[in-house]
Amino acid sequence: MLPALKDTSSPEKNITPRDTAQSAQTVKKNVTAALFARRCVRTLPSRSTVNKFLMSGNNIIGEAAIRAGCRFYAGYPITPQNELTEYMAEHMRNAEGGVFIQSESEIAAIHMITGAAAAGARVMTSSSSPGISLKQEGISSLAACELPSVIVNIMRGGPGLGNIRPAQGDYFQATRGGGHGDYRTIVFGPATCQELADLTMDAFDLADKYRTPVMILADGMMGQMMEPVIFKKPKPRQYSENFMLRGAGDGKSKIIRGLILDAIDMEEHNWKLARKYEVIAKNEIRYETYQTDDAELVVVAYGTAARIAKGAIKRLREHNKVKAGLFRPITLWPFPEARLRSLSGKIKDFLVFEMSTGQMLEDVRLSLQGYADIGFHGRPGGAVPTPAELANVIARYYEKKD
Amino acid sequence: MAKVIFQRPKYLKENVFHYCPGCGHSIAHRLIAEVIDEMDIRGITIGVPPAGCAVLAYNYFDLDMIEAQHGRGPALATGLKRTLPDRFVFSYQGDGDLAAIGIAESFHAANRGENITVFFINNAVYGMTGGQMAPTTILAQRTTTTPAGRHKTLDGYPVKVCELLSQLPGVAYAQRCTLTSPAQINKTKKAIRKAFQCQKDALGFSIVEILSPCPTNWKMSPIDACKWIDEVMSKEFPLDVFKDITPTAQKNTEAV
Repeated sequence: MLPALKDTSSPEKNITPRDTAQSAQTVKKNVTAALFARRCVRTLPSRSTVNKFLMSGNNIIGEAAIRAGCRFYAGYPITPQNELTEYMAEHMRNAEGGVFIQSESEIAAIHMITGAAAAGARVMTSSSSPGISLKQEGISSLAACELPSVIVNIMRGGPGLGNIRPAQGDYFQATRGGGHGDYRTIVFGPATCQELADLTMDAFDLADKYRTPVMILADGMMGQMMEPVIFKKPKPRQYSENFMLRGAGDGKSKIIRGLILDAIDMEEHNWKLARKYEVIAKNEIRYETYQTDDAELVVVAYGTAARIAKGAIKRLREHNKVKAGLFRPITLWPFPEARLRSLSGKIKDFLVFEMSTGQMLEDVRLSLQGYADIGFHGRPGGAVPTPAELANVIARYYEKKD
Repeated sequence: MAKVIFQRPKYLKENVFHYCPGCGHSIAHRLIAEVIDEMDIRGITIGVPPAGCAVLAYNYFDLDMIEAQHGRGPALATGLKRTLPDRFVFSYQGDGDLAAIGIAESFHAANRGENITVFFINNAVYGMTGGQMAPTTILAQRTTTTPAGRHKTLDGYPVKVCELLSQLPGVAYAQRCTLTSPAQINKTKKAIRKAFQCQKDALGFSIVEILSPCPTNWKMSPIDACKWIDEVMSKEFPLDVFKDITPTAQKNTEAV
């Protein structure tokens, strides 16, 4: 057994022969082994200094969450998001007051974070498509009880067990509430690893601000890819203790509940939530436009599909085929409807590209129907087209229009 | 001077119980409130009511409470307790809640040795929804979904929760009791107290199963319901202490 490495920069200092008979050769082997072990040990990047890291998407979400003050994570393994659960297992224990639980199911995980959110912790759970379906009971409950929480969906191919390839088939589920009842969740659709970091941090702030569950909707590609990332400084948490359930002390006892038996009271609660969602829809829209100023055709895509679209657009412009641009919703709910419609003032051709059979397409139609022509290209079930393929699709679509 | 020998527990709200006449919930509520009074832990206790007849328990307990979805009480309580390890957290669950839809959450909270207390109201029937078969419905018992009586090959066997959970190393205390007589009620209260004490001493998961009358869905008078528990139900579900590590317990607070 190797001795504990106090000074990890020079393990040879820590390794001394137990007796003089121990050969220098053995010591040398041990030093080599220790150096190798040190390389293998993944150490938590120092959170005190802002640095650039090369990390995979799943790990970035975990690190951003911990930096944002997430102190309770519960999750159940499912590919392609396992690295996030593993990251939290490894690093939550180093965070002060951090709790990691590998739950018995996705259902248990969402209810564990419900309890922790009620107790006042910043909470997160993550899963992939089939697991997110299981979590819907809890997400509906979190929305009803107005508990801040972050849910990460690293989408895979569906329906059913589907496969473990990147897909975007959960758009409807994410943006329409997902569970039963009249509610919405804020949904972010990150397209770069940097955005994974930034939006994860913002997700916690918005969850607190509006006391609502927030979903990060990425896919297996985003979860697995590695890119350089800079973690921004987290904002100090603003969340009143009045909303926390920590024992009544000598005061009045509090109740957190979604059960409201009186129809008129329940109706009022629904309208209260609806008013909140209106405020969110007004204030929290995020989107990116790329090369739309001189565009003859605009591709509408989010997440991984938007990355592919950018590559396709670059190709088309390099080859002087189509002056294409990109409109990329970053908030999928609230959907940047008015912004998209304003583009239709001068651009009349839009092509929606999704890794699904056409789900965001409906939101685009709601925004643009009657204002512009809307085409669609989809690759569902885990198929990921190349930028070259998409460029050909766009070019053909545009030529046909002419 | 007159001496007060019986009064409403301090932390039981002055609301009229919505429970049916002869129902065991109101007695169980009262006992829990009495123990909370006696241990003076009201300010640091958080309760988790279930889906079912006792969903409105927060109308009666003057405690911080958060409702759980059907069966998820122990998972939710886990989140509360891990975040606030110095608070008392209890989950109050029925038989369908604990042993059917929430058996995974209950089993694994027990297996992790979560330092929470579960009060398990076993009335062998789904009360709130109108008397359907519960996992604890005994063989030959008639319910609205076993109109000819529960049949072992069609409906399986009654689940014995205390016997099951007491096998798990994470469980510190498991006792089954009932509410059919003053003596039994006193025993139940002692069990509730012991369960909270286990939590106070950080010994792990504690469960008190209470065989509770449901005269409405059993279609019996309250007295006959108590007799049925004594003569039939408690033969299937023997009243016993199935696990109690308190005499030999080492505090597991410093355990890994």
